[in-house]
Amino acid sequence: MTGEAVHAGTRGGGARGSGRLGRAFAGTMGRALPIFAVVLAIVVLWYLAAFWLNAQWVLDQAERAGRSVGFWEILEKTMSQERPRLPAPHQVVAELWHATLGMKITSKRSLIFHAWVTLAPTLLGFLIGTVTGLLLAVGIVHNRAMDMSVMPWAIASQTIPILAIAPMVIVVLNSVGVTGLVPKALISAYLCFFPVVVGMVKGLRSPDCILLDLMKTYNASRWQVFWKLRLPASMPYFFTSLKVGAAAALIGTIVAELPTGAIRGLGARLLSGSYYGQTIQIWAALFMAAILAAALVGVIGLVQNWVLKRMGFVR
Amino acid sequence: METAATTKNGEPHAPGARGGGEGAGPVIRARGLSLTFETRDGPVHALQDVDLDIRRGEFVSFIGPSGCGKTTFLRVVAALERPTGGEICVNGMTPDAARRARAYGYVFQAPGLLPWRTIAGNVRLPLEIMGFDKGEQERRIGEVLDLVDLSGFGKKYPWQLSGGMQQRASIARALSFDAGILLMDEPFGALDEIVRDHLNEQLIALWKKTGKTILFVTHSIPEAVYLSTRIVVMSPRPGRVIEVIENTLPAERPLDIRDTPEFLAIAHKVREGLRKGHAYDG
Ligand SMILES: Nc1ncnc2c1ncn2[C@@H]1O[C@H](COP(=O)(O)OP(=O)(O)OP(=O)(O)O)[C@@H](O)[C@H]1O
Ligand SMILES: [Mg+2]
Repeated sequence: MTGEAVHAGTRGGGARGSGRLGRAFAGTMGRALPIFAVVLAIVVLWYLAAFWLNAQWVLDQAERAGRSVGFWEILEKTMSQERPRLPAPHQVVAELWHATLGMKITSKRSLIFHAWVTLAPTLLGFLIGTVTGLLLAVGIVHNRAMDMSVMPWAIASQTIPILAIAPMVIVVLNSVGVTGLVPKALISAYLCFFPVVVGMVKGLRSPDCILLDLMKTYNASRWQVFWKLRLPASMPYFFTSLKVGAAAALIGTIVAELPTGAIRGLGARLLSGSYYGQTIQIWAALFMAAILAAALVGVIGLVQNWVLKRMGFVR
Repeated sequence: METAATTKNGEPHAPGARGGGEGAGPVIRARGLSLTFETRDGPVHALQDVDLDIRRGEFVSFIGPSGCGKTTFLRVVAALERPTGGEICVNGMTPDAARRARAYGYVFQAPGLLPWRTIAGNVRLPLEIMGFDKGEQERRIGEVLDLVDLSGFGKKYPWQLSGGMQQRASIARALSFDAGILLMDEPFGALDEIVRDHLNEQLIALWKKTGKTILFVTHSIPEAVYLSTRIVVMSPRPGRVIEVIENTLPAERPLDIRDTPEFLAIAHKVREGLRKGHAYDG
């Protein structure tokens, strides 16, 4: 609604001086409005679902106590259970609030602490995965044998369920004395390298034939073609790959934390939450993971905008 | 493959080497040149039995219906395509050796500027690749941008320029390393008549000033007659040379020379040649 008003305002007013700012603002609002509408719809559906899923428990309780309950009482009780089937949004928000700002970061129950435990291997895995992906992509583009051989393997690697190999990798690495950050980072990298390979192969191959011919007429070496043509041309693809890769890296770390008896990290929070039926804890951990992913992707997006603008890609 | 081409050249090339390669001999010399593309729908004879000598400093236009092999011929000269028969020498060498010696600048139909480089940056590209030092790069960039009337636009990005200006920038880029031969494949094909006239005038001036050998592909009869010293008329399927027309117009060519009877007579001759090509076809 306000978005509409702002739109109308800038269009009608047409003040030259503030036009650009106004337009940018209206643009942001224009983009924010649909997102806001979707979020609102999700929250409404969520509340409905919470009521629907948790009502049975309230009714059972009342029956056991031998008394009847009215609609409003059911409604109220579905929104405030300790272990609901589906916690209501405000319960998750309250738990998030409590577990992040409500306690010391060093506390074992602080979500910030657990988030950091997950973030560190994610960043390392992201780095390893990105570098591996880049090197493989460069190899694939420049070497026929690699072109033929690497891609099928890379695809095959992603068809193996990560949930099945993660514990094996961790156990094997633990048995040779590699513990802590590195095993998790490796599993994270395992998921992360793939989108980088795929995106960068496409990016490095994106220059037109005519540009490759042009470089040939200059008698440019492969190395020069790579640095002056292929690599800069691949930058938009690179950042897109990074975004997908970062999300994959985070998932990899969380999966690595799940089945290994880890007691720290978002994955461990998810697992212990499900052991003890602490659904609110699970959902809070899920949201923390989503926030982490959004932050990672957001930071990459900022770097992307800056770099592409500096390169003259963005008009 | 390369060695095979050289040995093939070795013997039949002997008469051509008379003049002593680089100096007096033809800059480009084709004998029985053929190129057949093997496609899924069978062979396509893009060039067949092309004999042609081009001397230093000539301005040769190639004209003919679409698909007659004009681009293919230029690409063979540039060693971007390998002939399947006959021989061709560029500066007395194989095309590939000439390419490695950076004997030519190539202007494609599309400007082909790198979007992440400024105009000056685009002109700098070949200079960087060929290892000119920084000062020399700047000097040459200034010089060729001047030559194509783009000084002052060096800091702009390609998308900030009109199509005609972009094409001029791509010509500047091809001129920057001062190769003796300029290969131009319909460089003005996508531009409107007025811009085209202007660029044609500039191109003639540039050619006179630099004394380069220019091979110029076009679809336009007036353009071919206005620009060139010789006009090569080609016909399709298979792509061959129908006729080579000497242009007897004086070297001094103001735009309104196109209304003179001499001009129209030569244009008529070209048109006749093209018609003959179609007779071949039918
Ligand atoms: N790489 C290729 N593979 C197969 N066939 C090709 C290839 N390049 C060109 N040809 C064919 O060779 C013939 C000559 O093509 P060419 O591009 O040289 O024509 P052209 O005279 O430049 O035409 P236009 O005036 O349309 O540019 C055409 O029939 C074309 O389809
Ligand atoms: Mg062509």
